[in-house]
Amino acid sequence: MRILTMIKRILTEMLRDKRTLALMFIAPLFILSLLYFLFQSNTDQTASLGVRNVNTTLVSAVKNKHVKIHEVTSNQSAEKVIHDHDYAGVLSQSGDHLALTLQNSDQSKTAILKQSLQKGQIQLKSQAAVTVIKTQAKALKKMQAALAAVTRQMGQAGRNGQVGRPSMDKSVKNAPNYQVTTHYLYGSSKSTYFNTLLPILIGFVVFFFVFLISGIALLRERTTGTLNRLLATPIKRGEVIMGYLSGYGIFALIQTLLVVLFTIYVFNIQILGSIWNIFLINILLAIVALTLGLLISTFASSEFQMVQFIPIVVIPQIFFSGIIPVNQMADWLQPVAKIMPLYYGAQSMSDVIQKGASIVAIAPSLGILLIFIVVFLALNMLSMRHYRQV
Amino acid sequence: MTNVIQVGSLEQGYGKTVVLKNINLTVNSGEILALIGPSGAGKTTLVSTIMGMLKPMKGDVTVLNTAMPNRQLLAKIGFMAQTDALYESLTAQENLMFFGSMQGIARKQLREKIPHAANIVNLVPDLKKYVKDYSGGMKRRLSLAIALVSDPEILILDEPTVGIDPELRQQIWNELHKLAKAGRTILLTTHVMEDAEEADEVMMIRNGAAIAQGTPEQLISEYDVHSVEEVFLKAGRQQDAHTNND
Ligand SMILES: Nc1ncnc2c1ncn2[C@@H]1O[C@H](COP(=O)(O)OP(=O)(O)O)[C@@H](O)[C@H]1O
Ligand SMILES: [Mg+2]
Repeated sequence: MRILTMIKRILTEMLRDKRTLALMFIAPLFILSLLYFLFQSNTDQTASLGVRNVNTTLVSAVKNKHVKIHEVTSNQSAEKVIHDHDYAGVLSQSGDHLALTLQNSDQSKTAILKQSLQKGQIQLKSQAAVTVIKTQAKALKKMQAALAAVTRQMGQAGRNGQVGRPSMDKSVKNAPNYQVTTHYLYGSSKSTYFNTLLPILIGFVVFFFVFLISGIALLRERTTGTLNRLLATPIKRGEVIMGYLSGYGIFALIQTLLVVLFTIYVFNIQILGSIWNIFLINILLAIVALTLGLLISTFASSEFQMVQFIPIVVIPQIFFSGIIPVNQMADWLQPVAKIMPLYYGAQSMSDVIQKGASIVAIAPSLGILLIFIVVFLALNMLSMRHYRQV
Repeated sequence: MTNVIQVGSLEQGYGKTVVLKNINLTVNSGEILALIGPSGAGKTTLVSTIMGMLKPMKGDVTVLNTAMPNRQLLAKIGFMAQTDALYESLTAQENLMFFGSMQGIARKQLREKIPHAANIVNLVPDLKKYVKDYSGGMKRRLSLAIALVSDPEILILDEPTVGIDPELRQQIWNELHKLAKAGRTILLTTHVMEDAEEADEVMMIRNGAAIAQGTPEQLISEYDVHSVEEVFLKAGRQQDAHTNND
C-alpha cells in the first residue's frame, strides 16, 4: 500500500520532469548512435599513397579501394612530398629496392598502406610462381611429346608415360587458383570494432544513466528534507527502499527495453543468443546501478558531489568491462575487474550477442550481479539508519 | 489527564558533542507545551529525540507509555519539521494525499479530511497549485496542514509560526486551542515570545539546558517580572552567573 503510493508519487514526479525524462530515454540512444556513426566512418577510410618510379604491375597490385595512388614525378624527398600533399605515405623504387615512407600520424592509414603493400607483393609473387610453373609445364609437355614420339617409335613400352601426363596437367592448372571463402561466426565482412564494442556499450549506457538518475533523485530527497519527513511517518525503511527501487525501476526497465530494441533494429545488430537473456542481463545491471546510485547518494551532499563520484564509481568500470580484454591485463589488475558489476554485465552481454551463450552459461555472472544487488540493498538499509534509528 | 509525552534525565548530542543536558519534561493530554529558546539551543534536537529519529544518549523518552524510538507510534504523531520538506513538482493536494497515506490514512478518508486541514491554514484556493509556485509562508502553512491532516492524537510542530502573518497566526492558535480542548496533545518549538504566552506550559532552553519551566503565569510571578520575555532574559542571566561561578 505505502510502496504503491511511493511508486505513484515517483512516476508523477518523473513524468513532470521533462528534462530528466529526456536524459533517461533520449540521451542513451543519442550516445549509441553517435558511437555507431563514429565507428562506421572508419571502414570507408582511404589512404593516399604517392608512388615514384614503381613498377606498374606492383602499383596495380597494391591498388585497392582503400588506397588512392598518386604518381610522384618530382625529385623532392619523400618527407617533403608527404608534407606538401598530405599523403599517408610514399613508395619509391630504385632497382630491386622498395622504400616506403609513412606519415604515421594516423595509425589506421599506416596499417592500410602496409597491408596493401604486403598484399600486392604476395599477389605478384604468386603470379610469378604461376608463370614459372606454366613455363615449366610447357617445357615438360614438350619433353613428354618428344618422349612419346620416342616411345611410339620404340613400340609398346610407352604406357607409363601416358599415365603420367594427365595427372601432371591437372596439378599445374589447379595449384595457384586458391579460392578463399571466409566464414564469420559472428557478424559479416562488414563488421567493425563497433560490433565488438556494442554489447559492452549497451550495458554501460544502461548502467550509467540509471546510476546517475536514481542517485540524483534520492539525493534531492535527502537535501530537500523529504526523506527525513518521510521517515517521520510509520513507513518501514525497507518500504522506502523498495518504493524507490520499484519506482525508478519502472523507468530503468523502459530505458533498457528502448536501448536494446534500438540497437537491435536500428543498427541491425545480429544477436546469436536469445534476446530474453539480453533483457535479463540489462535489467539486473540496471537494478545494480539503481541500488548503487541510492547508496552513493548517501555520501554526497549536493548534485555536484554526486557527479564527482562518476570518475570514481563509473569510469573505472568502463576500463574493466572488456573494452580492453581483461585476460590481457597485468596479473595484479585482473582481480580488480572482478569487483566491478559492469564487468559481469558486459561479459555476459558479449557472450550472448557474439557467442550465443545460453542462460546456463551466463548464470554465474547473473548470480554475481544478484549478489551485488543484495549487498547494496543491505548497505542502503544501514545508511537509512542515519535518518531514523528504527 | 494522562501523561502523553515523558522525557526523563535526557542527554542528547551528535557523535561526541553533547547538545542537551539533563532534560526532564512531561506533557499531559489536552495540553500545549511550548519549547522556547534561541536558535542553536537544542529545540530541534529535543523534538527529533521525542519523535524517535534519534536514540537518546542517556535517559529515556516515552510517548503514550511506549519507549521511543518506536516506528508504529509515529502513526499517532502529526509532525511539522522546521524546514519545509515538500515535493515541489507536486500540487499541494498531492503532497497532502501522499503524506496522509504514508501516515496510514485511507485515500477515501483523506479526500474528506484535506479541505478541513487546508481551511485551517487558508490554503483551500491554492490546493491545485504546484508547490514550486508557492511562497515561503504558503509552504509553511502547507507543512502545518500535512501535520494536521491525519487528525493525530499528538502534534509535534517545530517552529510552526515562522513566516506566518499575525492574522493567520491567531487563526492557527485558535485551532490549536480547539484541538487541545478536544484532548489532543501539542508540543511546539518557537523563538517568538508571543507564542509562549499562548501555551499552557513553557519550557525555556538555552545552551542545551532547561533554564525555566512552568505555566506562563507561574513563571511571571516566580521571576517577579511582567512578561514571558523578561522571564527568559532573567533566567538566562542567572544561567550565565551560575556557569561563571563554576
Ligand atoms: N545533525 C547534526 N550534527 C551535528 N550537530 C548538530 C546537528 N544538528 C544540530 N546540531 C547542533 O546541535 C545544536 C542544537 O541544534 P538545534 O537542535 O537545531 O537547535 P535549535 O533547533 O534550537 O535551533 C547546534 O549547536 C547545532 O549546531
Ligand atoms: Mg530548530
